[in-house]
Amino acid sequence: MKPTVAVHKFSSCDGCQLAFLNAGEALVTLAGLVDIVHFAEAGYLDEEARVDIAFIEGSISTPHELERIEKIRKNSGFLVTIGACATSGGLQALRNMHDKDQWVEGIYALPDYIELLKDSRPVSEFVKVDLELWGCPINTRQLVMAVRALLFGVLPLEEHDKVCLACKRQQQVCVMVTKGEPCMGPVTRTGCGAICPSVGRDCYACYGPSELPNTAAMARRLQGLGLPPEQIAKRFSFINNHAEAFREEAKNWQGAKS
Amino acid sequence: MSSAVFLPHADSQRLFDLLHGAGYQTLAPQARNGAIQFAPLASAQGLPWGQHDEQRPGHYRLEQDHSPRAFAWANGPQALKPLLFAPQETLWQVERDAGGQMRFAAVAPPQQARAVIGVRPCDLAALKIHDAHFLGGARDGHYAARRQGLLLVAVNCSHPAETCFCAATGDGPAAAEHSGYDLLLDELDEGFILRAGSETGRALLGQLGLPAASAAQAQQAERQQQDARDIQQRGLPKDVSQGLQGQMDHPRWQQVAERCLACGNCTSVCPTCFCHSEREQPALDGVSSEHLREWDSCFTSGHSYLHGHLVRESGAQRYRQWLMHKLAWWPEQFGRIGCVGCGRCISWCPVGIDITAEAAALCQGEQA
Repeated sequence: MKPTVAVHKFSSCDGCQLAFLNAGEALVTLAGLVDIVHFAEAGYLDEEARVDIAFIEGSISTPHELERIEKIRKNSGFLVTIGACATSGGLQALRNMHDKDQWVEGIYALPDYIELLKDSRPVSEFVKVDLELWGCPINTRQLVMAVRALLFGVLPLEEHDKVCLACKRQQQVCVMVTKGEPCMGPVTRTGCGAICPSVGRDCYACYGPSELPNTAAMARRLQGLGLPPEQIAKRFSFINNHAEAFREEAKNWQGAKS
Repeated sequence: MSSAVFLPHADSQRLFDLLHGAGYQTLAPQARNGAIQFAPLASAQGLPWGQHDEQRPGHYRLEQDHSPRAFAWANGPQALKPLLFAPQETLWQVERDAGGQMRFAAVAPPQQARAVIGVRPCDLAALKIHDAHFLGGARDGHYAARRQGLLLVAVNCSHPAETCFCAATGDGPAAAEHSGYDLLLDELDEGFILRAGSETGRALLGQLGLPAASAAQAQQAERQQQDARDIQQRGLPKDVSQGLQGQMDHPRWQQVAERCLACGNCTSVCPTCFCHSEREQPALDGVSSEHLREWDSCFTSGHSYLHGHLVRESGAQRYRQWLMHKLAWWPEQFGRIGCVGCGRCISWCPVGIDITAEAAALCQGEQA
């Protein structure tokens, strides 16, 4: 019997699920290795199925999502979060810092139909997560590495070094040193392949905090490059704003005087 | 010293043609993405004519002016390191055959004859260290193959950057005889003085049939070398290795860790750093795998992770490992310090940490 896999969607843009759908040949190989029993975007529907591996995309933002994730946890062997939303609460966690009711009333004509939890939070704040894949979005390489390791019965190597290591291995020229760009590479988790610096722009930390992120030194460097406090706060309050290291550093600069 | 000959700038292409004729692919410095980088180049026109580099801690800018020179800059982020010690490469592959047997196969590195034009004396010094590391003791086949095909055309440095301190480490700005080059250039406003440093170099140079350099040109080159020495402001403390002994608990480690991003950029641009990690990259079907080696750094957690225990958890411990290995412990391994004064770690540190300033503070003891 082949291991069974489910891909579940919560509050998200569906982009991480594309790491499966855009996998090309790997998707054919994968289909031979596992039975995909639930993956709505690909047309498989069996949300309640018991599976060996469940991939979770999206943050927990509504009472219904909370019920669903608890049920999925019970039905799943390994639970793997994919992407910034499921792993750190996502871009939508920006609302955690504001009055959500005011936003809902300002945006929707009939706010009564909108049911929200107080915050948008990562899956790990509600149920046990066995493996987290960071990124906005994650890529096929990460996914293949994770699936292969799980099928071998081990966890994949954690990729938590700084983006700079990958950037320098590619012999990219540092955009911070040569152009004064506010590159977040030195505090950001690797895995993307240093995409932004390789096209001459600054990393915006979409893979979340690296291990040992010296966010205070990073923020002071951004200040030295001429960023005012609110811009420094925004560098940390972006896609992974709810990740602890970034959230705490952002607080130091929100409302600070330049 | 072999006799010096002169090649006018207008005839620079002859050097490229000579090397091509001898079967070498030529790599040369070029201004790319805001920095001087080594890349394949067939035409002398592609050299960074009129380019200057402005380097300070955490700062590198190129500027172009009407200088008639191609080497009026100090260095870029790369030395010879990436050409010999690949940033990422597959060392071997393994495949499970139909009978379930594991079949291992070594991956041979490409056999290439490459000539690098524009190697700095500090890079030659770093190369000697890498040769000792990768070729002495357990010989690294991949490094050895690349090294064997390499021809070195060095250029004495006439424009050190503010971050340079090769004069203090004794590795520049002029290349010593027997420092490993095949050809050596001194650039003057009107062209190059060339010398050979190896049999291969001598044979190549003979083919060009160039006139001897004049006494005035030789004097000018010497004066230029002296100026390049005198202009350097940075240096390492005298007897730095000795001075660092007993400073393992110095408060300065914590102070520098407050600034240090532990990004590892200093180690990536360092021409003598050689740390790497190895890992498996299995194919999705689980039938085959590649064994990868890639540049690692003493600033990563993996570097000191031992069986469930992270030895160097803090930035202070990691920075200390880097500086102490380079300046205090290296002499035991290689008979000299692991720093050649190129200044790259100073310029390419995003927060501009200066190894010379840190070493000076640490050697002053705890009162500092």
